[in-house]
Amino acid sequence: MEPTPSQTLPVRDALARRFGDAAFVAQETRDSVITLWVAAEQARDVLRFVKQEIPQPFAMLYDLTAIDERTRTRRDGQPASDFTVVYHLLSFERNEDLRLKVALSGEPPKLRTITDLWPSANWYEREAWDMFGITFEGHPHLRRILMPPTWTGHPLRKDHPARATELGPFSLPDDKWMAEEEALRFKPEEWGFATGSGGEDYLFLNLGPQHLGTHGLLRLVLQIDGEEVVNAAPDIGFHHRGAEKMAERQTWHTYIPYTDRIDYLGGAMNNLSYVLAVEKLAGIEAPDRAKVVRVMIAELFRLASHLIFFGTLAQDIGSLSPLFYTFNDRERIFGIIEAICGGRMHPSWFRIGGVAHDLPRGWDGLVRDFLAYLPPRLKDYDKIVMRNAVFKKRTQGIGEFTRDEAIDWGVTGPGLRATGMAWDFRKRRPYSGYELFEFDVPTATRGDCYDRAVVRVAEMRQSLRIIEQCVRNMPAGPYISDHPLATPPRKERTLQDIETLITHFLSVSWGPVIPAGEAHVGIEASKGDHGYYLISDGGALAYRCRIRTPSFAHVQMLPLLCKGMMVSDVLAILGSMDYVLADIDR
Amino acid sequence: MTEPWRSLVVIVGVLAIALLVIMAQVWLERRIIARWQDRRGPNRVGPFGLLQLIADVIKLFTKEDWTPPFADRPVFVLAPAVVMTAGMMSFAVIPFAPTIGIVDLNIGLLFFLAMSSMGVYSVVLGGWASNSKYSLLGGMRAAAQMLSYEVFMGLSLAGVVALAGSFSLRDIVEAQRHGWFIVPQALGFVVFLIAGIAETHRLPFDLPEAESELVAGYHTEYSSMKFGMFFVGEYVGIALVSAMITTLFLGGWLGPWLPPLAWFGIKTFFFMCFFYLMRGSLPRPRYDQLMAYGWKLMLPLAMLNLLVTGAFLAAR
Repeated sequence: MEPTPSQTLPVRDALARRFGDAAFVAQETRDSVITLWVAAEQARDVLRFVKQEIPQPFAMLYDLTAIDERTRTRRDGQPASDFTVVYHLLSFERNEDLRLKVALSGEPPKLRTITDLWPSANWYEREAWDMFGITFEGHPHLRRILMPPTWTGHPLRKDHPARATELGPFSLPDDKWMAEEEALRFKPEEWGFATGSGGEDYLFLNLGPQHLGTHGLLRLVLQIDGEEVVNAAPDIGFHHRGAEKMAERQTWHTYIPYTDRIDYLGGAMNNLSYVLAVEKLAGIEAPDRAKVVRVMIAELFRLASHLIFFGTLAQDIGSLSPLFYTFNDRERIFGIIEAICGGRMHPSWFRIGGVAHDLPRGWDGLVRDFLAYLPPRLKDYDKIVMRNAVFKKRTQGIGEFTRDEAIDWGVTGPGLRATGMAWDFRKRRPYSGYELFEFDVPTATRGDCYDRAVVRVAEMRQSLRIIEQCVRNMPAGPYISDHPLATPPRKERTLQDIETLITHFLSVSWGPVIPAGEAHVGIEASKGDHGYYLISDGGALAYRCRIRTPSFAHVQMLPLLCKGMMVSDVLAILGSMDYVLADIDR
Repeated sequence: MTEPWRSLVVIVGVLAIALLVIMAQVWLERRIIARWQDRRGPNRVGPFGLLQLIADVIKLFTKEDWTPPFADRPVFVLAPAVVMTAGMMSFAVIPFAPTIGIVDLNIGLLFFLAMSSMGVYSVVLGGWASNSKYSLLGGMRAAAQMLSYEVFMGLSLAGVVALAGSFSLRDIVEAQRHGWFIVPQALGFVVFLIAGIAETHRLPFDLPEAESELVAGYHTEYSSMKFGMFFVGEYVGIALVSAMITTLFLGGWLGPWLPPLAWFGIKTFFFMCFFYLMRGSLPRPRYDQLMAYGWKLMLPLAMLNLLVTGAFLAAR
């Protein structure tokens, strides 16, 4: 499946041939993703066409989101719009993205659903409704997804307050409290679930939001018949912190610490997609040393995240010890991270244009020690977990999905590779200098819980390979770009004259002013593709910051995997999906 | 000393020592497993953390003893008492040494099996009376698991009884004077060991509580000392099964040089540690896999064992 764009008709031409050139308005973006505006009536046909009819189709709905355009000033030539729905599609064969935008106006803004084209559109459309109040006609279950069901207003609209202080004092009288509790009651009819069959009632088991096996505030309502799961309904939003809204009131620079906490097991790896996107907007190229340092830190965090995955999966299966072993290994990684960055889980260490500091003296010794330490441990884990007969019995053939299902549901990362698809963004769309590293993309074939573990274990070994190359070939030179928009601004240049002092003062106090434009960067994070879609209106704050997280898509497909399984299997599936609640809810 | 007084001393002594051993077990298990898991375990309260358990008991006693309003109160209260009582009662028939032991019933083995069946009631009733979904699932699993493992637990011991020609545990030990039953009854030993772990619902057979799936299974709703009794019941079970394995297959108090009681203690201790090792190393099979394993593998093995033993005895 090598990308061969030269042999195929460019999507722009294919679309023009089918719908006429007048049907589209092209928009320039900083990330060079083909961005086309299309009329609301035609959107569905265009989407169906690019998914089902053109050769080398855009098979994955990578993201679906919206923009409140009402206060945006720099729209240069874009069609008039109050709310814009953005479809971000991905073609594996072309190795190309396509961004389709639909302008909406009126109250409420309305659009036809595309849940029949992509099952994964379900949650994305619910989110767009929840956050922007965009009604998707024909959607099977358009209700709030991230906000509580009792919420009024649509938070990502520009007129919705962002701070608690804008809302007046909070109070929770008894009647309101009871109403909130009542709103959480699971009503099977609302979800289209039967309450029984053949005169027997089903049991509805509330798994979470507080449950040991859900790894966080995930609620999963299981409709069970004995111990067999008839259907499942994931209910998310308990960990929602409004990260996207916060981006609209933090400067480009001060938002970096928030990104650490999106996938809180991925630490500084989250910074990477954000700073890369900002750099793309600003036209900054990080120096070589910064690139390699970023790769090294990101791979260390991938190891940390996969180790947690491994330990918790084993624990979900009932094996108590591996978790302690992997936590100890992770502790050593944090020792290195702490020595280099000063922080541990959330070092917030990447900066726009580079990293916060140069590497400390002796860093390479620490990393080398770790490179020697981990491989024998991984061998032990193979023995005690991967080759354990009970573990195999509990995970092989459980929670299987095929490659087509994975693509349909927007699965990326190890989950996708476990179905036999060697798709890794580090290889296919190298960023931050990954093209210079030698590593393999491990895959498996069955796409079950066991294979997902196999892929991750193999990836840990590849990460070690990459880190080793970083240590051997760490380039010398500056660790941060000298571009004027890089943060924090360089101190050496101040105190020369009043001009440089003012510039420095402004870029410290207000932060850099990033040129107007749009850019998306997705990286291969530990759990799948993690991307930031940033829109600058030419200010010191983001106009819109969309965070595309892998876990959101992965958790959405849980019902598909859980049907017909036993309750114990559900926990194995949850463990093997490797999601983080903060990554789902943002 | 007159006979009743002597009996009283032995009863109180056995109970006290059994409780002490159980308490020591909790500390020991936590320390040993911690060592295997690269941790330290309790080491703050008292020397080597030995007083940790006292602290835990005080905590359990002073916690709110909450009975959920939706629970079936009498049964809810009764259930934890049953498991502990049944477990402690079984200690009555264990011969610790030639002269130490509370009672020598001529049906000692059957008494043990009867008491261990009582323990099942406790778990099932606890799960049922809690009136909560997780408890119910745990109770259901417990009922299925323990009832089916009980079947071949009894069967696996039939070979021992046939060889010794008696149900009295004292006679069974005496019958091993010229060779422990673990050799001729190796198969029976393995089956009984596995059934014993299932009977005490310890990992890997802890499906009734399965904390990563069912929160705490049948005792999810229990708190304070009611929970404490389930907890103690589990450790009574471990000590009991270890003592039974020692008595039935490893010649009980028999052994050279050391006093009989020491031999009994060493052998029992070894199997208790084996229980901890299982918990530290194995994952948990699924409910249906466990049942299939029991009925399709363990039961035929137990029967085969009995058949071979019978044929051997008939031929002799």
